[in-house]
Amino acid sequence: MADTTNAVELQNVVKRYGEFTAVKRMDLTVPDNSFVTFLGPSGCGKTTTLRMIAGLTDVTEGDLLIRGKRVNNLPIHKRNLGLVFQNYALFPHKTIFDNIAFGLKYRKVAKADIAKKVTDALELVQLPHVADRYPNQLSGGQQQRIALARAIVIEPDVLLLDEPLSALDANLREEMRVELKRIQRELGIATVFVTHDQSEALAMSDKLVVMNNGIVEQEGAPEDVYNNPASAFVADFLGHSNIIAANLGSPNAAFTSVNLQSGETLLTTDEQTAKTKGSTDVRAVVRAEKIQLSDQSDTGEGVIAIPGKIKTVDYLGQQARYFVTANGRDWQVINPIDARPHKEGADIFMHIAARNCVLLPGHQD
Amino acid sequence: MSGWSMIRIATILVYLFLFAPVAVVILLAFNANQFGGFPIEGFSLRWFEALWHNDAIVRAFKTSLLLGFLTSMVSTTLGTMAALAMVRYDFPGKRTISTLLVAPILIPEVVLAVALLLFLQALSMPKSFGLLLMGHVVFTLPFVVLVVQARLVSIRRDVEEAAMSLGATPVQTFFEITLPLMLPAVMAGMLFSFTISFDDITGTLFWKPGGVETVPTQIFAMLRNSISPEINALGAVMVIFTIALPLIAASIARVMAMRKLRASNRKTQAA
Ligand SMILES: Nc1ncnc2c1ncn2[C@@H]1O[C@H](COP(=O)(O)OP(=O)(O)O)[C@@H](O)[C@H]1O
Ligand SMILES: [Mg+2]
Repeated sequence: MADTTNAVELQNVVKRYGEFTAVKRMDLTVPDNSFVTFLGPSGCGKTTTLRMIAGLTDVTEGDLLIRGKRVNNLPIHKRNLGLVFQNYALFPHKTIFDNIAFGLKYRKVAKADIAKKVTDALELVQLPHVADRYPNQLSGGQQQRIALARAIVIEPDVLLLDEPLSALDANLREEMRVELKRIQRELGIATVFVTHDQSEALAMSDKLVVMNNGIVEQEGAPEDVYNNPASAFVADFLGHSNIIAANLGSPNAAFTSVNLQSGETLLTTDEQTAKTKGSTDVRAVVRAEKIQLSDQSDTGEGVIAIPGKIKTVDYLGQQARYFVTANGRDWQVINPIDARPHKEGADIFMHIAARNCVLLPGHQD
Repeated sequence: MSGWSMIRIATILVYLFLFAPVAVVILLAFNANQFGGFPIEGFSLRWFEALWHNDAIVRAFKTSLLLGFLTSMVSTTLGTMAALAMVRYDFPGKRTISTLLVAPILIPEVVLAVALLLFLQALSMPKSFGLLLMGHVVFTLPFVVLVVQARLVSIRRDVEEAAMSLGATPVQTFFEITLPLMLPAVMAGMLFSFTISFDDITGTLFWKPGGVETVPTQIFAMLRNSISPEINALGAVMVIFTIALPLIAASIARVMAMRKLRASNRKTQAA
């Protein structure tokens, strides 16, 4: 028997368009009640995967399960899904009421119940007074709320959203993000959310799936993926990282030394060395915001200070992004600004704590 | 004189050249005198009355109406289905078929007329009203296909996908979503094919069976004997008919849209 605690399950799913493989052997679960995000650059196969789950695209190989039932050959209109698109896709010739009632009509819900459910859905998305309007009489943000209401009113097994916030402007996007998360929690509906925006992905997900070139690079809780990237791609795609080839030194009392090919030596923890599978060829990954800049060297337990010179400063308001040259190599550093940013050309020390030196096995992926 | 005012004058002259003869025909249709010419001697509707009592003309008018109606029905149905196939599906030979569908616009009508005639002779089929209808369908079809295609391209696929995700079958989606959204184009195609069929003469002359006349072929036949003022009246009727039909359709569409909008505004205000 299939595991019924998963709303969606992909088993070895492959999607080919002719010679081109858009999705390569994908294994993935969307647990009940959870918010799962597909994050990756444009063209990595997020939409294709979502469309396979929806039934809008055929699965070339592998099995697709919804609530434990294989649905590879079940057409979309029998799948009981909520679908929300980037461009809202409301029915322009129908009123908001009729838009939301559309799915209920096909579920043979009684007239009175339809009115009640539509009213409730409009309350939920905080637009109780627009039932009689047409979509083009609403703003973009309002239209997207209606699209959401239309998708959830049918109580779908899964809610699928393909970049639903990308068409909105920045402020509205943030507001909708909070709203969407609230509604998802309130209803406890299993949700797959596609985005190429990392802050959206980090803020909303219970589970983050980072995709690249048709494969899953890493999946896990957002903070795990963020703090412990499993590949150079993930390290680089989520935030800004310094990735440097290195060789592991011998472990001493608390830390292991990491000899960078650029000449410096960092320290790392046992938790990290455990990932290198015995090899001493590694890459050190240090996030830009995990490096502390200061005028004086101030090394404590497990902290290394590397001297360098500030090459450029990007002033970003609350924080600044620096490029620091040390031993002919440029490091990216993001630090909060205390009073005023460090000056271009200043001599500086980069402080890196052992717990912030993440290791990837091998010199290359 | 600036370039723009020259262009304006040239434009006015071209339109005068195009429309003055039509105006003359319509004016002379109301002339009381038997022998058409200016100045007009008195206003009269006698030529319109004469039309009404001319059996041949009334018969031709009925034939034209029937032919136009059937042509627009068949053409619109086939053309809409073809446009759907072209825009919504991928299949081998799509480009070729697409070119063939609009080819009748590019080929001179005479060539098309002769080709169809020869083709049917090769099949040893006699001329018939059915053949005439078929001919009209062939060369009104491209207009329907082009108009409906243009509209379909602008109907987003994700609207249909949303409908299906909500439980509508593909057929239900077509009738609930796609068809209402492309209806203006379908209506336009229908009007186009009706008017084109209604005043076609070249193809009709080749294809019509003996004894069957449409309004244009009837006028043509009458012209061979004499230029009777009745022809002016018939011309006026045709002009008014082909201009009024689209105008009436457009204003009906506008009134319906306004009523819908007003109803929704009223409800919004009441809420
Ligand atoms: N219908 C199709 N035919 C051929 N290639 C396609 C088709 N749809 C998508 N692709 C290709 O599959 C890859 C993944 O596309 P997509 O899933 O849309 O990416 P994403 O949503 O992550 O930006 C892209 O390289 C795209 O060009
Ligand atoms: Mg996409």
